[in-house]
Amino acid sequence: MSVVLMQHALFLAMVLFALGTIGVLMRRNLIVMLMSVEIMLNAAGLAFIAAGSRWGQADGQVMFILILALAAAEVAVGLALILRLYQRLGTLDADAADKMRG
Amino acid sequence: MTIAFYIAAAVAVVATALVIINLNVVHALLCLVISFLAVAIVFYVLGAPFAAALEVIVYAGAIMVLFVFVLIMLNTGGAAIQQERHWLTPWIWVGPVGLAAILLGEFVYLLWRNPVAAASGALGEPRQVGALLFGPYLLAVELASMLLLAGLVGAYHLGRTDRQAADERGRM
Repeated sequence: MSVVLMQHALFLAMVLFALGTIGVLMRRNLIVMLMSVEIMLNAAGLAFIAAGSRWGQADGQVMFILILALAAAEVAVGLALILRLYQRLGTLDADAADKMRG
Repeated sequence: MTIAFYIAAAVAVVATALVIINLNVVHALLCLVISFLAVAIVFYVLGAPFAAALEVIVYAGAIMVLFVFVLIMLNTGGAAIQQERHWLTPWIWVGPVGLAAILLGEFVYLLWRNPVAAASGALGEPRQVGALLFGPYLLAVELASMLLLAGLVGAYHLGRTDRQAADERGRM
């Protein structure tokens, strides 16, 4: 793999991460926000794979597997929270849950 | 090989952009699956076939199935049938299907061009990854397993209905 290709792969990771960030900031649907977080995690994994490919090491793939486990745990808890929120509020709007009960 | 990277990268960016501008959650989910498949091809081109397989199995498979299950559980009858009739107009699925067809063509091209690399992989074979995982990274693997356990317990605890929680409180 050439160096140029790695820079392009990092650029792709950057674009995907930026799109995920925009998704979290722009959308108010909780499920789409969670999907945007997934996109960002995936972009981070892509950066690791690109770097591992550049130096011919398998470490990048190890980090990707750890990110995968993180994403799975995050999605499980996040979706359970969304289900609870939907049962309580009857909507998926993130702005509906902006009050704390202190 | 290089051109495959750029095509898959373009598909990934377009599909991801469709995810965040799509107002319908199910359509966004479809586009997200396409995006993950495109990133899997990028991994393959970068010489990480094991990561590509994991991306397809875990990300595009398992995690997306979780999202679909939750969408099913959230679906509130009544208007749903009318909504589904509205969903199935052709121009809605033409976009994701077109992107998926591009990926399929690329996949066939890559397999046809160098079948040997598909079997073994240029670098970072699964054997190497496994040796690293259970060698220097053993502590990280243990931490990941504890994280998954915490996620499991947390999801189970949060996933209870209010009625069950009330029953338990009554028993105490």
